[in-house]
Amino acid sequence: MLQTLSPGTVRALKVLVFLLCLVPLAVLVLETFGVGGMALGANPVEELIHRNGKWGLKFLLITLAVTPLRRLTGWNWLIRFRRMLGLFAFFYILLHFLVYAGLDQRFDLAVIFEDIAERPYITIGMTALVLLIPLAVTSTRGMMRRLGRRWQQLHRLVYPIAILGVWHFYWQVKLDTLEALIYAAVLAALLGFRLAHWWRRRAPGRFSLSRSGHDRTAHARRSV
Amino acid sequence: MKPDNRIRSWEITSEANFVSRRRFIRDAGLAVGAALTGATALALPGRASASLRDLETVPGPFSTDETPNSWEDVTTYNNFYEFGTGKEDPYRNAQEFVTEPWTVKVGGECDKPGKYDYADIVGPHALEDRVYRHRCVEAWSMVVPWVGFPLGDLLKRFEPNSKAKYVRFKTLFDPDRMPGQRRAVLRWPYVEGLTMAEAMHPLTLMVVGVYGKELPNQNGAPLRLVIPWKYGFKGIKSIVEIEFTSRQPKNSWALATPREYGFYANVNPEVDHPRWSQARERRIGASVFAEKQPTLMFNGYAEQVASLYAGLDLRKNY
Repeated sequence: MLQTLSPGTVRALKVLVFLLCLVPLAVLVLETFGVGGMALGANPVEELIHRNGKWGLKFLLITLAVTPLRRLTGWNWLIRFRRMLGLFAFFYILLHFLVYAGLDQRFDLAVIFEDIAERPYITIGMTALVLLIPLAVTSTRGMMRRLGRRWQQLHRLVYPIAILGVWHFYWQVKLDTLEALIYAAVLAALLGFRLAHWWRRRAPGRFSLSRSGHDRTAHARRSV
Repeated sequence: MKPDNRIRSWEITSEANFVSRRRFIRDAGLAVGAALTGATALALPGRASASLRDLETVPGPFSTDETPNSWEDVTTYNNFYEFGTGKEDPYRNAQEFVTEPWTVKVGGECDKPGKYDYADIVGPHALEDRVYRHRCVEAWSMVVPWVGFPLGDLLKRFEPNSKAKYVRFKTLFDPDRMPGQRRAVLRWPYVEGLTMAEAMHPLTLMVVGVYGKELPNQNGAPLRLVIPWKYGFKGIKSIVEIEFTSRQPKNSWALATPREYGFYANVNPEVDHPRWSQARERRIGASVFAEKQPTLMFNGYAEQVASLYAGLDLRKNY
C-alpha cells in the first residue's frame, strides 16, 4: 500500500513534515519568552544550547535513517524527504552555534576563536558545522544536476560530520555519558547498515543465503 | 506554629533583593497554611518544603549582600548524583528520602571517636544565617542563604590529635534510598576531604538548612558541607562519616577524572577546566539575555583564605 504514493500525497506529507520539524523551534521560542508559563528552567542559555544541539543531532540521525528505511521497506518516496530533514539538521545545529556565540559569548570573537582553538570538543563541533555548510549550499536541484557524480561524493561528508557531531556531544559531558552513547549507538547502527550493504554488493557470492531481495535484484541488474 | 518576626541577615535587603524575599515570604506563608490545613500535596516549589520546619537562627558573619537566588532555583537546580545526574533529578528523586534517624560515625586521629546522633552533632551549636556565593565547577553560580555552624567548632569537639592533617567525609551509601547509586557513575560512596586548616577555617560551614528552614533532601539533608571558596562538588552532602587522617584523602571526582578535578578545587578564574573556561560564570536565575559575570579568585573570598595557600602552585594543585 505504501510502496507508491501519489505526487499529491507526497506534497501534502511534505507540508506536514515541514511543520512537525518546526515544533521544537516553536517550543523553544515559547519557553524563551515564557509564554503560557513555559520556561527554560534555571539555566536558560545552557538549556537552549543543549536542546538545539540535540535536535540538530536527532535530525542528522533521522536524515541518515532515510536510506536504510527505504531499502528495508521499499518505500522509495522516503527519499523525497531527505533534503528537508537534512536542512533542518543544519538549521538546528546553526541555531545551537548562534545561541552559543550570541547569548553565551556575546559574539566576542576573541573568546569564540579561543574556544574553537583550545577546547577539542568545540574544535570538532565547529568542524562538523563548517563541513555542513557546503552540503546545505549544494542541496538544491540545480546544484545536484551541475555537480553530477561529484554531488554524491561531496554529500558522503555527512558520515564524518555525524561522527564528529556525536563525538562533540560525548566529549562535553561531564561524567554521565549514557545519553551521548545512545546517540552513538544509533549512529553506529545506521553506518553499520551502509557498511553491510556495501560489503554485500562487493562480495555477492558469499552472502547468497542471507541476501535480501533488493540486493539480489541490484546484483542481477548489474550482471545484466 | 507562631509567626516568625525575626529579621534575618538575608532579609535586610536592597530593592534588588525585594522580589526573592517576597517569594520566600510567600513560600513560608504557604508552608504555614499547609501545616494548619494539613494539606500535603500543595504545589509549592519543592514539595517537601511544606513540611520543612523553621530553624532558630542568628545572623552569621561573612554574608554577601548580593541578591540570593530564589527558593525555587536553590531547591530545583543542583548536582547530587546520588539522586541522578540531571540538574532537576535531586528535586524529583529525593522527596521520599528519610533522614531520621541519622547517625554520623567519627573516627581516625582523634580522642573522641564514636557514633553521634544528628542531635549530638547539631545540638550544641548556634545556627547562623550565612549568605554565600556558590560556584559550580560547571561555570554556573548562585547566591544561597545557608543555615549552619562553623565546621571547626564541631571538629574541635572530637579532639583531633597531632597526627590529624586532613579530614575525610563520606556520604551515605544506600542504593535503595539513593536511586542514583544504582548506576556506577561515580565510585560510591561519595568521598570528600579538606586539610585541617581548611576544615577549621571560619568560612567553612556545616550546613543544616537554607532560607531559614531545614535543608530539603535534594540539597544534601540532613548534614552537608559548604566551602564557599571552592567549587561546589567539595560541599559533600548527606554526611555519615567523618575521619581524621594523616594522609590526603582521595576525593570522588579526583578519582573519577584526575586530570580534570583535584583535591583542592579552589575557585580560580585563571586555571581552566581542561574542557571549558573558568574565567566567567553564569548566574542562575538571570535572564536568558543576561551577560555572564567574571569569576573571582577564590570565589571572592581571597581576603579570607588566600593565606591558606601561600607558596602552593595553584596551577598544579587544582
